[in-house]
Amino acid sequence: MPRRTDLKRILVIGSGPIVIGQACEFDYSGSQACKALRAEGLEVVLVNSNPATIMTDPELADRTYVEPLTTEFLEAIIARERPDAVLPTVGGQTALNLTVDAAKAGILDKYGVRLIGASIDAITVAEDRQLFKDAMRSIGLEVPQSGLARNPTEAMDLARTLGFPLVIRPSFTLGGVGGGIAYNIEEFRELAERGLELSPVHEVLVEESVIGWKEFELEVMRDVADNFVVICSIENIDPMGVHTGDSITVAPILTLSDKEYQRMRDAARRIIRKVGVETGGSNIQFAVNPANGRMVVIEMNPRVSRSSALASKATGFPIAKIAAKLALGYHLDEIPNDITRVTPASFEPAIDYVVVKIPRWNFEKFPQADRTLTTQMKSVGEAMAIGRTFKEAFMKGVRSLELGRSGLLFSALDEGPGDETALRQRLAVPSDRRMWDLFRALGRGSTIEDLHEITKIDPWFLRQFAELSDMRREIALGGLKALTPDAMRRMKRAGFGDAELALAARVSEKDVRDERVSQGLAPVYKRVDTCAAEFESFTPYLYSSYEPTCEANPNDRKKVVILGSGPNRIGQGIEFDYCCCHAAFALREEGLETVMINCNPETVSTDYDTADRLYFQPLTFEDVMAVIDTEQSAGGDVSCLVQFGGQTPLKLALALQQAGVTILGTSPDSIDLAEDRQRFAALLSDLNITQPASGTATSREEARGVARRMGFPLVVRPSYVLGGRGMAIVYDMGTLDRYMTHAVDASPEHPVLIDRFLEDAFEFDVDAIADRTGAVVIGGIMEHIEEAGIHSGDSSCVVPPFICPERHLATIRDYTRRVARALNVVGLMNVQFATKDGVVYVLEVNPRASRTVPYLSKATGVSLAKVAAKVMAGRTLAELGLTKDLDVAGVFVKSPVFPFVRFPGVDTILGPEMKSTGEVMGGSSNFGVAFAKAQLAVGQRLPERGTAFVSVNNDDKPNLLPIARDLAELGFRLIATRGTAAYLRAYGLHVDVVFKVNEGRPNVADEIVNRKVDLVVNTPLGRESFFDDRAVRRAAMMHEVPCITTLTGAAAAVSAIRAMREQGVSVRALQDYYAGIAAGTP
Amino acid sequence: MQAVLALENGTVYRGLAAGAEGEAGGEVVFNTSMTGYQEVLTDPSYAGQIVTMTCAEIGNYGVSREDVESRAPHVAGFIIRDESPVASSWRAEGTLREFLSTNRIVAISDIDTRALTRLLRSSGVMRGVIATGDAVDPSALVARANTVPRMEGSDLVKDVTCQQAFDWRADDPDEFGVVPERRATGGRPAKSRPSGTSGTSGTSGTSRLNIAAYDFGMKWNIMRRLSAHGCNVRVFPASTPAEGLLASSPDGVFLSNGPGDPAALPYAIENAKALVASGVPVFGICLGHQILGLAMGGRTFKLKFGHRGANHPVKKLDTGKIEITSQNHGFAVDPDSLPAHVEVTHTNLYDGTVEGLRHKTQPVFCVQYHPEASPGPHDADYLFRDFINLIEQSRD
Repeated sequence: MPRRTDLKRILVIGSGPIVIGQACEFDYSGSQACKALRAEGLEVVLVNSNPATIMTDPELADRTYVEPLTTEFLEAIIARERPDAVLPTVGGQTALNLTVDAAKAGILDKYGVRLIGASIDAITVAEDRQLFKDAMRSIGLEVPQSGLARNPTEAMDLARTLGFPLVIRPSFTLGGVGGGIAYNIEEFRELAERGLELSPVHEVLVEESVIGWKEFELEVMRDVADNFVVICSIENIDPMGVHTGDSITVAPILTLSDKEYQRMRDAARRIIRKVGVETGGSNIQFAVNPANGRMVVIEMNPRVSRSSALASKATGFPIAKIAAKLALGYHLDEIPNDITRVTPASFEPAIDYVVVKIPRWNFEKFPQADRTLTTQMKSVGEAMAIGRTFKEAFMKGVRSLELGRSGLLFSALDEGPGDETALRQRLAVPSDRRMWDLFRALGRGSTIEDLHEITKIDPWFLRQFAELSDMRREIALGGLKALTPDAMRRMKRAGFGDAELALAARVSEKDVRDERVSQGLAPVYKRVDTCAAEFESFTPYLYSSYEPTCEANPNDRKKVVILGSGPNRIGQGIEFDYCCCHAAFALREEGLETVMINCNPETVSTDYDTADRLYFQPLTFEDVMAVIDTEQSAGGDVSCLVQFGGQTPLKLALALQQAGVTILGTSPDSIDLAEDRQRFAALLSDLNITQPASGTATSREEARGVARRMGFPLVVRPSYVLGGRGMAIVYDMGTLDRYMTHAVDASPEHPVLIDRFLEDAFEFDVDAIADRTGAVVIGGIMEHIEEAGIHSGDSSCVVPPFICPERHLATIRDYTRRVARALNVVGLMNVQFATKDGVVYVLEVNPRASRTVPYLSKATGVSLAKVAAKVMAGRTLAELGLTKDLDVAGVFVKSPVFPFVRFPGVDTILGPEMKSTGEVMGGSSNFGVAFAKAQLAVGQRLPERGTAFVSVNNDDKPNLLPIARDLAELGFRLIATRGTAAYLRAYGLHVDVVFKVNEGRPNVADEIVNRKVDLVVNTPLGRESFFDDRAVRRAAMMHEVPCITTLTGAAAAVSAIRAMREQGVSVRALQDYYAGIAAGTP
Repeated sequence: MQAVLALENGTVYRGLAAGAEGEAGGEVVFNTSMTGYQEVLTDPSYAGQIVTMTCAEIGNYGVSREDVESRAPHVAGFIIRDESPVASSWRAEGTLREFLSTNRIVAISDIDTRALTRLLRSSGVMRGVIATGDAVDPSALVARANTVPRMEGSDLVKDVTCQQAFDWRADDPDEFGVVPERRATGGRPAKSRPSGTSGTSGTSGTSRLNIAAYDFGMKWNIMRRLSAHGCNVRVFPASTPAEGLLASSPDGVFLSNGPGDPAALPYAIENAKALVASGVPVFGICLGHQILGLAMGGRTFKLKFGHRGANHPVKKLDTGKIEITSQNHGFAVDPDSLPAHVEVTHTNLYDGTVEGLRHKTQPVFCVQYHPEASPGPHDADYLFRDFINLIEQSRD
């Protein structure tokens, strides 16, 4: 049956900013869907608030709206674009919830918009836990016993009936937010109350625990003719009790016989029918009792998901793309399999390798966070690895995490004896480090039976781990000599990296590598082909293995190897993947063969469509060199692009260059120069460019010396980090001493960098592109809205700058050009500036792609990453038509989102260490509206009226006055702490006084909790107030009260409130903004 | 212990012994199913063949008496990439290696099964020999591979069919987990099963149909499914004349799966002709399908590398519905050879080959694939019900 002909215009909803539980997998699925729909000749209208996505590239849709994902904005877009249908299943829980809200509000009916991909009924049955359970029982499937509670009393009643342990799952929250496992009544009461609060419908499911059962997932698809296929089966190594996003998972299922597997498949078929997902993909989770095989259904997601992205990468079957086509009415057998070309999509992929996914957590950013893994997801990213065996895939997966030396599995074995009881406890309670503890226990001789008893991990996996541990022991005992050709082959076939072997043998990685190379042992590459080699594969989607036969089949074209950014983490996320993808697109346009290396299954870069050739491999020196060697073996000229993937590839640049690899664009030496504080300071002073006083230290004494010379406050940080890892502002010697002794491992190679902190300065980010002729084009100057000292990734910013004098902007442009030329930058460069007391300072220069590149590209309509990649490949800016600095098409505000709600007890204070997971963009013709939209997009609804609490330090008081006046004029009631109130009253404003947190009760935090405050303006200065006001900020965040910490921000908020009140909701497509630039009227 | 696999074209793979010691020759084929290695091992259709599992990890959940498709393994040899050292399942009764050793099946592991599969895919199936031991002479092994009898023209059925007729008695007809739709003529309420499967156990007593089945190497799950759908099954040796089956006045006759070349079974084809002519409802699976195809006037041919796996899409032509099927065959019916009274009912969406046939005037139908699954998806279980419906219609 051909596709339905009644649809012409489809609205696709994206998933918004990257948050824990919803990451770039939805950019992958959304962009696939957009491409698939447009390939069918449909017009696509897209809405997503996240500018750092491929899907919001203006070429991907006919109409692209970077607008908040709320019903009022959705309605405005629908009213303007009048789509025939909305596809809600490719934008995660966010898109699904927004669609349900819009349907309930009557918006879809009002404009005659149909739903494709999933009906409201199907979404409701799948999402409403009770309806889902009833549905499952009605088709003869078992579910865990449970009940719903709408208040604490109902919850306690259920707890008494069901018995402990109990699982608490709030209804309609993302990634299990607010859920947990309670082992006793105390824990239960706390979790139930929090769950009730966090659930948008104030409802929690209290459920019989199936903790410790085996956990499985099926990724299934169905078409309108009721054809059904399983795309991928996934087994969670961590048994039930750990969120699947926090579990190490493996595909295919490895420990179920055909009888059990087919029973699960039959159940999945009945479930998708019963729930009523007529077309598209779903994820269905099951638990199986390891003692008797009893199977229960856990949940179903009637949409593409993180697991479906994983399944797509694990099998080569593009679920989201096919789902989009099915939504149009195609049948599975009418869609070809791209990889084999000759077979249809109506089949079940057969895989002849093993895939392991390992989550990556960022607890080091949140030291107070509880690292226990439960039903609420806490990881920020994941790495996937493919190997011919489980061992090989697992070992590749571990090194893909890039956790440094301590991340190597066997680092655990080098530690001292430690406490046996503590180790057992750590094994019993899952945490991010459990795998390392498991290997520690194996190294100490724990038996598989014992470990199974404690962890409930299936003995099959434990036996695999034990074998790895034994192999490691063999090398630890024999050293490098033990790595005979036979042993080396066994180790490499089991997935051991050179670095792991070096650690075990107590030699350098180079020693192992030299030995291996002298033995002539190198990996080969196998293809991911959906069919276990039954048919020829036409897509070079490859993974390494130590086997006799290689299928890489490289050609002799001139090619560029693009190094991706690995697993997402705070500070290195989707923005860098965006840049890598654009590099691939651009270099392909330049006629070069593009080769992508990455190990993040969520990304667009690991779509086999993005580059000409995809190597799904860890980003280590060993793995990257092996790919380059293979590609070079065909005789083509191979160069490597390291500047787009963030710190991950950058760290490899020097080693690659030393190994003879050509690095494209800016030289590794220039990158190093910019990073090396002393060389960099010398360069700036040669250029006569002002910079804050700075120094370096490798010891506490040196640091003290620097501090005495420069005075406090200081910014201190380790060299070569991204996202401000380990960065701090110190105000005194004591703190500096503690930092030097505890916070960092300073060494002569990696000294601690110390800069004078420019308190109260205005900060700016600039992204520019320079070419080999020395031409420099500035992409944009972005002004930070937050105060200095907050990591640029955590700061809202606006382009064009809105309160910066033109002479400063001229200086900024001038400095940017001079620095770019001095560093011989060819490609992208990011410079951070500060202005204070009429002086422009250069804070930092990074001659590489930065986090702001996608945002700026969206604001200007020019893909900076693409231009840069072409320039790096030898083109000039003039050739590419870029002869002057870029115009911005309106006013665009970027705002960060934070994961604090998932980490109770964690300090929400921002500082020089980045903590945000993602970003949104708000656009308009004026700053106020753009800022308001950005706030709305991060879930922060600025109040249009109500009570504003203001509390500022003495320096800020004069500048607070106009803001307070504006608020009063807008009809806000003002409350303030004593000092601030006195000041404002003196100028005739009516202000009520409220206690500070430490002054007594009820204080301002109580007022916030009691929802008596609608807006908080609180500017701390210096460390005392930083800590004093922690409670206020935490309370504001937990209760979703906007909390503004700078006067610039407050002024922005006031203008936003005014603008929203006066102008209401307005939307504008990126294509319209760009048409404005082209017409010369931005 | 070392092991070597040698192919007739001179290719040699070195690996580790993973089953019985010794030497075994056969036609080397590959199966892409990711579960069900024990069902594959015990499927009599694999007689004479060395089976390569493309799935990388094999043996993980061990072996169980519940998962056999016949009394013993029938493969000539077994090839895997990585052997599980343990059997991890609540149902496991032993490890794969124990099972292979006990049943004298020679196996090799730790070889590049993907490279082998690609070779078979591009060059076609080949004869090969596995030998275990540390001093195997590969060139001698290649020579022996060239002496392994070819599949074409050999009657492999005689080695796997039963010696005398017997009645299938299954105490556990609903192993599948799929609930057969109850026949209109009667039924029994559900009995609960401890393993968590829900469902009814077919029909009982006087209302049950009597099926006479030709055993060409019949998988037990066919009998289990027929039984679950309300049939008593009497199984006859392949050489039994058609009159021998018809003499028992069966409600329907079934032709089973089995190994080898259908064209090498003239006696079976003659019997099938008699059955088609008799007007008794007839259903055939796999080899039974090919025999019926030949009996109805068609020809068969050998596929380059066959269909073996659990993911093959088959389209039912009258409804357009797709079934994901379990397959195991190296020969196929040539659609161009079929006379006008035979209709193609199902085709394979991978390569367009014939997957199902129907006689337009007689109550005869058959499928190339395995509706009994085991291993594989249960999508085609409706065919057993179709068989029963056909019987009931032909009674009216």
